[in-house]
Amino acid sequence: MIEIFLGKYNYWIYITLMMIGFYAMIAKHNLIKKIIGMNIFQTAVFLFYISIAKVKGGTAPIVWEEAIQYDNPLPHVLILTAIVVSVSTTAVALALIIRIYKAYGSIEEDKILEMNN
Amino acid sequence: MNISQHFPVMIVIIPLISAVIIPLIGRIRRIYGWYVSIAATFSSFLISISLLMTVFEKGRISYWLGNWEPPWGIEYVVDYLSGFVLVVISFIAFIITVYSIKSVGKEIPEHRITPFYSIYMLFVAGLLGMIITGDIFNLYVFIEISSLAGYALIAAGRKRDALIASYNYLILGTIAATFILLGIGYLYMVTGTLNMADLRERLPLLYDSKVVRTAFAFFTVGLSIKIALFPLHIWLPNAYTHAPSVVGALQAATATKVGVYAMIRIMFTVFKPQFILEVVPVSQIFLFLSAVAIIAGSVLAIGQRDIRRMLAYSSIGQIGYIVLGIALANKSSIIGSLIHILNHALMKGGLFLVVGAVVYKTGITDIDDFKGLGKRMPFSMAAFTIGALSMVGVPLTVGFVSKWYLALGALQAGMWVFVPVILISSLLSAVYFWRVINNIYFKDDGVPARIDDAPAGMLMPAFTLAACCIIFGIAAFIPVYITGFAAEMLLRG
Amino acid sequence: MEIITSVKPLLVVSVSLLGVLLIAASARKPNLRESWTILTALTKFSLVVSMLPLILKGNVIEYFLISVLPGLDIKFRVDAFGIFFALTSSFLWIINSFYSIGYMRALKEHAQTRFYVCFAIALSATMGIAFSANIFTLFIFYEALTICTYPLVIHKETPEAIRGGKRYLTYLLGTSIGFQLFAIFLTYNIAGTLEFSNHGILAGKGSDFLLTIIFILFIAGIGKGALMPFHSWLPAAMVAPTPVSALLHAVAVVKAGVFTIIKIVLFVFGVDLASKLGLGHGLAYLASFTIIAASIVALRQDNLKLRLAYSTISQLSYIILGVALLSPDGITGGIMHIIIHAFGKITLFFTAGAIYVATHKTNISELDGIGKQMPFTMTAFTIASLSMIGIPPAAGFISKWYLVLGSIEAHQIPIIIVIAASTILNACYFLPIVYAAFFKELPPGEKRERKEAPAFMVVSLMLTAIGTLFLFFYSSALLDLVNIVTAGVTGGN
Repeated sequence: MIEIFLGKYNYWIYITLMMIGFYAMIAKHNLIKKIIGMNIFQTAVFLFYISIAKVKGGTAPIVWEEAIQYDNPLPHVLILTAIVVSVSTTAVALALIIRIYKAYGSIEEDKILEMNN
Repeated sequence: MNISQHFPVMIVIIPLISAVIIPLIGRIRRIYGWYVSIAATFSSFLISISLLMTVFEKGRISYWLGNWEPPWGIEYVVDYLSGFVLVVISFIAFIITVYSIKSVGKEIPEHRITPFYSIYMLFVAGLLGMIITGDIFNLYVFIEISSLAGYALIAAGRKRDALIASYNYLILGTIAATFILLGIGYLYMVTGTLNMADLRERLPLLYDSKVVRTAFAFFTVGLSIKIALFPLHIWLPNAYTHAPSVVGALQAATATKVGVYAMIRIMFTVFKPQFILEVVPVSQIFLFLSAVAIIAGSVLAIGQRDIRRMLAYSSIGQIGYIVLGIALANKSSIIGSLIHILNHALMKGGLFLVVGAVVYKTGITDIDDFKGLGKRMPFSMAAFTIGALSMVGVPLTVGFVSKWYLALGALQAGMWVFVPVILISSLLSAVYFWRVINNIYFKDDGVPARIDDAPAGMLMPAFTLAACCIIFGIAAFIPVYITGFAAEMLLRG
Repeated sequence: MEIITSVKPLLVVSVSLLGVLLIAASARKPNLRESWTILTALTKFSLVVSMLPLILKGNVIEYFLISVLPGLDIKFRVDAFGIFFALTSSFLWIINSFYSIGYMRALKEHAQTRFYVCFAIALSATMGIAFSANIFTLFIFYEALTICTYPLVIHKETPEAIRGGKRYLTYLLGTSIGFQLFAIFLTYNIAGTLEFSNHGILAGKGSDFLLTIIFILFIAGIGKGALMPFHSWLPAAMVAPTPVSALLHAVAVVKAGVFTIIKIVLFVFGVDLASKLGLGHGLAYLASFTIIAASIVALRQDNLKLRLAYSTISQLSYIILGVALLSPDGITGGIMHIIIHAFGKITLFFTAGAIYVATHKTNISELDGIGKQMPFTMTAFTIASLSMIGIPPAAGFISKWYLVLGSIEAHQIPIIIVIAASTILNACYFLPIVYAAFFKELPPGEKRERKEAPAFMVVSLMLTAIGTLFLFFYSSALLDLVNIVTAGVTGGN
């Protein structure tokens, strides 16, 4: 039992973070908070990628004399790309929120919906 | 060194570079941005035709990006399936670009036209990239490129509702994309590869692995949001309704179609047909969902007053058709699905273009205000009628061909219950289009007499799409021939 | 039997489409426009007649237009049965055109160009149905006929007309898409072809249960045959101007329905299969029910056109009944009744229109003594009534004679009782009108003066009335044609 919890702690952390972010995206009414949730959500997945790249006893993937085993560098690279994507998404979202604020004078979802009806 | 060797990458690079060129050249004159967009989409279209022809001549094209051999490097793949979808999407993108300038000039503030076209090109590049890539992580990147560009394009709508629609789409779209990213992570974890063909080789041994199944679940849910499969469709109606007309047309005609294409790739290329049919019978779930989507989309469309919203709900139903064909997973049904991709792109694109022309001329979008429009804008309405006929699935339009194959596929799979579903939804779509047609032709008051028909620059593209609905409805053997090869390729175990 | 390839069937179908262009082009010049209609009608009829000698020799004329999908061809085949129907419709179109001119001008109707255009298209579609070589082609023209007659039904554009039109479309499109198309899918799926053949295409292709289902779907799907319970579109369509009711809803559209049913029974199922499965009996009893029930409903109608409409429903079922008996004489009687009923019923509708134009009366209770004002019209009415009842020397006798013979042949004594009962009912709802017209006094305040409708109309209705007598004395030529049909479907080869 302990094995499942401690031995795979990286997965538990990522799942917890992911659910926190997911909850914020769905349940929060404040548009900025949703974006914060979105960032947590995405970061959780990034951490998952990074954690699966770790090889037991592996070192940083740099060629040097004492290195016998390397961590897998590919997920790191992938996540660099994904981070770029995530930052862009956040940028688009924030830009949208600024325009929403200008148009509605609020960033609370329920108030905006009220105004639309 | 032959330039045509690099066609697979150029089809993506050309719009991508145009996206950078447009802001520069747009400084000289705004109209140049449009010229560049036309040139880019047209050359993409030509290249895609050439690629499809090469596929028929020599078989599958594999392009190694940066000359890195797959599975290590990124591979671009053109086969019967991606060749076909490339031609369809680049053609639609080209037609809509030609159409766009008048509508964009009216609906978008002048200083934003140049950035609009720049983002437009990014969107097209993202879609074409999604189609051509043979690398699963690359697929994710292109999904995000097209989605991000899509959010921005929708937010360019005139009313402030567009911002909310775009924001909601962004939230759901990001959830979807992150799910897909997670799915990719799981697959990589157990296989150590990202190349689709390589995954196909390695996965069958792992079909019992929980990791693989979880990955598949994430892909399924993520892509279902992207293609707005009922009940994950809630972002779509608002997005299509409030987006600028051109964007509505482009999104409706291309974005979800490419999403479905990605789904086909995951289900049939990364996984094998037997996985969705036997190992994890998700096809059952999809059959059920698609039937619900087909009926619900049509029923919801009947209740709408705004024509764009009606078309949007109709799209949800049409997506159901495509998914139905995929889930039935036999040759006829997949041919039906693939032709429906073509069909829906043509007719929904055409219908949205006509609606754009009406908005351009009159500003009305309420179906009740369409009364007497047939006399004022006869040509636009003729194109609309053809599109509507194809949507209903009247014989001699391409809509009939796809429904014919879907129904045959259902019968061949022994699932005859889906035939009534298809027929009933055809009737329902006849009902919701009838409301419009009746207002257009058989009621008099409403539209002021000074309104005349849309300019040729808008009519020609709309008519081209409408004409294609009929051409491919009569010369149906062309798409059937191409998609027949694609279906056989997909079903090969 | 020889198969001759000739483009003539296509010409027959398309000549009125050419006429449409000319009619639409001369919208501003009524005289020229009507000349085009007449000219088109004459051309069409003479083209049909020109094919007659070959057919009488037992040949078949074919023309292959295009193959939409494998097994889905647009193909024409002129056989004895097809040309029989085509002759009837195209001949009556000529007379009806003259009548229309009188009617439309006397009432100064609006949108006359639309009226003539739709009329010409409707005749094209009717010819297409008559000359279809397969179910697919037939289905296309069947739907086209529904759609192009809609503007005729709602011609008055009053709320009542729109309501009637809605019901018209709902019933006809609903049944044809919901059931007929389903049946076509199933047929194609099990038989692999949709081509009509003298001995059917379905024998031995599926389980009895499946074949029965297909049969029921076909019969339910052919709403134009007005078999109960799918009949109520026909009374609803009576809001149309009388020439439309006369030619389309007594001849072209409804006969297209029974024509299709006969095609399905004889040329898709075949006499052997239909009798083996007992389908003929089922259909015969459904038709019998319709005959009696519609006659009883007709008795209660005071509106003349509605009474005629219910009478049509009942008479159509004679045709279906005759064929459903599946005996040579029954089939002969049924097919003969197509033309005999056509002449009789068109005369009755013509007189109803003439009465309306001359006196604006629409109800039977207002017709007392009208024979004194309109002697020619009411004489024609009397002759046509006699034909409906089946009293010599009117042609109705011939078809009833064969129907009775056919029932004896098929050992169906109850059917004879049905025919006898319905004859009495026919007499009950027609003869009182004749009696009232000639022997009752005019209502007070009306003068005993000639009030005939315009000459165009009176001459037309006299001609068709004479036609019903003529058919009685010269039926042998038509019987030759019908014998070719019956010999083909019941004979050895």
